Amino acid sequence: MTTTFRALLGATALLALTAGAQAETTITVATVNNGDMVRMQGLMDDFYAKHPDIKVEWVTLEENVLRQNVTTDIATGGGQYDVMTIGTYEVPIWGKQGWLTSLDDLPAEYDVNDLLPAIRGGLTVDGHLMASPFYGESSMVMYRKDLMEAAGLKMPDAPTWADIETAAKAMTDKSKEQYGICLRGKAGWGENMAFLTAMSNSFGARWFDENWKPQFDQPEWKATLDTYLHLMNEYGPPGASNNGFNENLTLFQQGHCGMWIDATVAASFVTGKDSTVADKVGFALAPDNGLGKRGNWLWAWSLAIPSSSKNQEAAKTFIDWATNKDYLALVAAKEGWANVPPGTRTSLYSNEEYAKVPFAKMTIDSINAADPNAPTVKPVPYVGVQFVAIPEFQGLGTTVGELFSAALAGQSTADDALAAAQTAVTDEMTSAGYIK
Amino acid sequence: MARAVSPRRKLITTVAAWAVSLLIFFPVLWMILTSFKTEASAVASPPQLFTADWTLQNYSDVWARSDYPRFFWNSVVISVGSTLLGLAIAIPAAWSMAFVPGRKTKDLLMWMLSTKMMPGVAVLIPLYLLFQRTGLFDTKIGLVLALMLMNLPIIVWMLYTYFKEIPSEILEASRMDGASLWKEVVYVLTPMAIPGIASTLLLNVILAWNEAFWTITLTTTKAAPLSAFIASFSAPQGLFYAKLSAASTMAIAPILILGWFSQKQLVRGLTFGAVK
Amino acid sequence: MSTQSNRAAARLMVAPSVILLFIWMIVPLAMTLYFSFRLYRLLSPERSGWVGLANYTWFLKSPEFWQAIGNTLALVGGVLVITVVLGILIALLIDQPVKGQGVLRILVIAPFFVMPPVAASIWKNLFMHPQNGLFAAVSRAFGADPILYLENHPMLSVIGIVSWEWLPFATLILLTAMQSLSSEQLEAAEMDGAKPISRFRYIVLPHLTRSITVVILIETIFLLGIFGEIFTTTQGGPGSASTTLPYMIFKQAIAAKDIGRAAAGGIIAVILANIVAIFLMRGIGRNLDA
Repeated sequence: MTTTFRALLGATALLALTAGAQAETTITVATVNNGDMVRMQGLMDDFYAKHPDIKVEWVTLEENVLRQNVTTDIATGGGQYDVMTIGTYEVPIWGKQGWLTSLDDLPAEYDVNDLLPAIRGGLTVDGHLMASPFYGESSMVMYRKDLMEAAGLKMPDAPTWADIETAAKAMTDKSKEQYGICLRGKAGWGENMAFLTAMSNSFGARWFDENWKPQFDQPEWKATLDTYLHLMNEYGPPGASNNGFNENLTLFQQGHCGMWIDATVAASFVTGKDSTVADKVGFALAPDNGLGKRGNWLWAWSLAIPSSSKNQEAAKTFIDWATNKDYLALVAAKEGWANVPPGTRTSLYSNEEYAKVPFAKMTIDSINAADPNAPTVKPVPYVGVQFVAIPEFQGLGTTVGELFSAALAGQSTADDALAAAQTAVTDEMTSAGYIK
Repeated sequence: MARAVSPRRKLITTVAAWAVSLLIFFPVLWMILTSFKTEASAVASPPQLFTADWTLQNYSDVWARSDYPRFFWNSVVISVGSTLLGLAIAIPAAWSMAFVPGRKTKDLLMWMLSTKMMPGVAVLIPLYLLFQRTGLFDTKIGLVLALMLMNLPIIVWMLYTYFKEIPSEILEASRMDGASLWKEVVYVLTPMAIPGIASTLLLNVILAWNEAFWTITLTTTKAAPLSAFIASFSAPQGLFYAKLSAASTMAIAPILILGWFSQKQLVRGLTFGAVK
Repeated sequence: MSTQSNRAAARLMVAPSVILLFIWMIVPLAMTLYFSFRLYRLLSPERSGWVGLANYTWFLKSPEFWQAIGNTLALVGGVLVITVVLGILIALLIDQPVKGQGVLRILVIAPFFVMPPVAASIWKNLFMHPQNGLFAAVSRAFGADPILYLENHPMLSVIGIVSWEWLPFATLILLTAMQSLSSEQLEAAEMDGAKPISRFRYIVLPHLTRSITVVILIETIFLLGIFGEIFTTTQGGPGSASTTLPYMIFKQAIAAKDIGRAAAGGIIAVILANIVAIFLMRGIGRNLDA
């Protein structure tokens, strides 16, 4: 190699380096096609104005497809995504596997201490923040004030399941296609099982005892399922075994439901412009049964960086932008306070403007009422309110969800469904090595 | 067919044929109509075939929310590319199977078809890993290859049955004239088989366009076609029947229009050698 | 006519297709076979190893397995019967000298151009939905309660949707065959006083045998792997009422993230497909001989 050539080579390398510093970094962000996420894509001008050197490519997919694609990618070390939208269920499992980059070094303005403690706790693994919450949710009762009034009833702020039954009965008028209560019936660990697991907590039921023995043969689960089936069969819409979050939201917006117990984020949709009942909706805490636990869950759609990403710095810059206080202010300025992604920051709930939003207080009260570390009455060996944070849960939840969905469709009895669930879960937990 | 038919019978069959055809077409029509309604009138009870407040709002919303031209272009490249590549590989194969058949030709054909029998989901992780490791993931060329291989058996079979109907005397005549094998394929055979090739092309563009498992699984942004576009609109939050219909209409419209314009070619070749 | 060199050239021309397809078949198949004997869970990479036949026995012992096999066969069989029978009837109808034949063909062909997820979501949301669907509105117009298609008749609903998607394919192939039937033959039969039914039975149907075979063969190949329509509409439920073998594999691969079991299911599916193929060949294969 001649000296000239070497010098040339060096110069080229230097050139390449400077060129690299100026060139824009492209990051790929995988998101769910939820309203808040889509809204963010409309506000990207602000991000580009602040960070002209970063370009964002979106992969927007329906929740199930998204989860399938990002899970396959991260588990096989694919490195296709720089930022992933994942939930409270994935974060602890993926974090333990070392698949996520910790977000401890976000800038000081991010103000990690402003995150709601319950939400932050669910996204922290061994003391490190592994994902930044984009929006947080619990679940609560949404009900039709006009129908309650017409029935001469008043919904308590903290109803019991008996109150719910009374209200459901009074508001049902099947001749008008008006159903007292709409609940999730579609099979899936994130669909009917999210609701039923959270509901079971208020009946004192649990998935496993301290030795990972499944508890579907216990009376608490029987009471849960019986109550659920009774409510749905008597006062629910026909075909409910196909209804998930989206289907029920549509039904509620159309005025078919007297009550709907579901995610707190739904509040902005049922009071939004697409809703025919926007000005008639009231909110209450998820019901309880006098046992000290309510049937509300805790979830946060969060942004995380896979360790396989090659653009860690740009990804962090993006996450900081999308989840810090300035972003909330940006949405408020452009779209109004009701459309701000809820449930992530303490400061939002001390904001006087936001306090005027009708569902603000009920949302924060619901979030604060959920405790992933002590989800139910009795002690449990797992973390998670409406899920069990173990890798096997997706499969288990789907299996049990199908059994309960079949019971709702009238294909089997509650007892058969519970017995089948007990057998199936026992088999899986034994083969997975939890039950010795 | 020129058979004498009484006017009354003709009227009855005409009415019946139209009724049945409209019935089959109705779901598509209903979707297109829904895409022009407001969300409220899309779910009005009782449903309205026509509504007073027609709107293009759904289309502009869908257009604003996603990069339709890019999805569209990817769909075009992937479906046309995979089909053309498939034809290039299949034409020589089908030619030799049709004109120089061996004892095993039929078995070979059946074996080719049988490669399509593995359910896609079962090889999800194997193929995913292969695409990751070879750098084909989320590339148009990767999807072109995958869809080409998926449809190759069908292409070979269609062409084979088509070539078989070409009388071999013509080939022999050209061979007398001293045409080489290659020239024979390019100048004699292929032009004669153009209608068959055309319908093979059309059918496989349609099959590739409508593939909605691998095209979603093996792409993220750069190569994602219209199937991924649809997946970003399905199961949305709340009342979005009209928007979903608009997105669906946008996804199927190009191929529907192509199919309608070329249906004569498509039909002519769709015999799979079943017509003697 | 074929000389030695000609044969060699012919081999050379088949080679790319065969080699490519062989690689395309054997590599994933070998990997699947390998995974099917392994403990391989995407989310628990620390647990891995050989498990012998455990993945296979899990599949075979699963309470839904035989139902899934039954559903798979019902789906394939049901769609085949519906598309072939309706396909023949519709082909007969639009083969008649009616006004606007070209337009009719366009209308009939349309479902074939609709992407499966779109087709499934049209049927689910716009037609079968118990509150907002058109069918429900029709039921109510007659004073009846809406039929809960996806809840009470999930398998029939899926068969209906898939049949709608494949009807144009069958109709077109059968129509093309019908149009190649010489009209002299039919006219002669008519002169002899043959009734329409016997004309159909003894002239049209035998003429269609090969086309029907082709329809059955091609559709079977595609139908054996169907799960997208099920995913969009019933998700295999309620319970496992509409779970087919591909959907069962899908649940293992996607929901449970158990790649080992999904692989075992894939191998079982290949075996099932081959059994079906053998029956097909035995039953109708001779129709394909020229």
